[in-house]
Amino acid sequence: MSTPKIGIVSCSGECCVEGTISRIATRIVLEKLRPSNTVTICLPLFSIGEKGERMFAKNFATIAVDGCEKQCAKNAIEKYSGKTARSIVVSDLLKKWKMENPSPRRELNKKGVEAAAKIAEEIAVAMDDIFTRGR
Amino acid sequence: MTDPIIVIPCSGIGKAFGTIARDATYSVVEDLKKGTTETICLSLLVMGDEEAGRLVKSHRCIAVDGCPNECSKKNLVLSGAKLAANFRVVDILRDHRDLKPSAVTFIDEAGRKLAKILADKISTRIDELDQEGRVSK
Repeated sequence: MSTPKIGIVSCSGECCVEGTISRIATRIVLEKLRPSNTVTICLPLFSIGEKGERMFAKNFATIAVDGCEKQCAKNAIEKYSGKTARSIVVSDLLKKWKMENPSPRRELNKKGVEAAAKIAEEIAVAMDDIFTRGR
Repeated sequence: MTDPIIVIPCSGIGKAFGTIARDATYSVVEDLKKGTTETICLSLLVMGDEEAGRLVKSHRCIAVDGCPNECSKKNLVLSGAKLAANFRVVDILRDHRDLKPSAVTFIDEAGRKLAKILADKISTRIDELDQEGRVSK
């Protein structure tokens, strides 16, 4: 039996640190927390209509990881490939955890890396939930 | 600030190239050409955000792509942007084969060097554009 896969789609979020955190958290899930179950979907590539990325997002569960409330990753997936299984908004979680503006956007400092690690844990929990309860 | 140039990286997440494109962009907008350049979220632009769309149509833009897919350039063209120049990390890498970036999550030393070279090239091109006072499409 093949290993179940979930697509994680991070916004690019160049404008703000929450975008950098989205991106780093997604990579932490891919490299450390759930390497066997994670496929990252490149949002800019997805947006220009790359068939492989869009087909994957259609056929497999996806989790959108967005930096801000504009939720570009979630909106893109739902516009072109169907409903996302879960959605995470970094700015909402940082507010809830009282960790707003933890770091410069260019290179995360210690607080920023801690925030990214916490977001990565949230993504992993969402993945486990999908495997347990379905989309 | 008048007529800033908008520098937009692809921020590709699958390879080190996207990380380098992103770092080079920040180097330009936060250090080398601070005050005369800006960046915006590529994802916001591709999702049709009106303000982002207006910005790229009314200002000169530079696309900074990691790989030959050129997602930033293609998305800018699709948005009707004033594309003044475009760069690709893979081209810089071809000229500096001794630098082999491998880390994607956190940029490594080779990646940092490539980003610096790329940022300097973008900065030089911005100087040329300012001198030329024209936009190539």
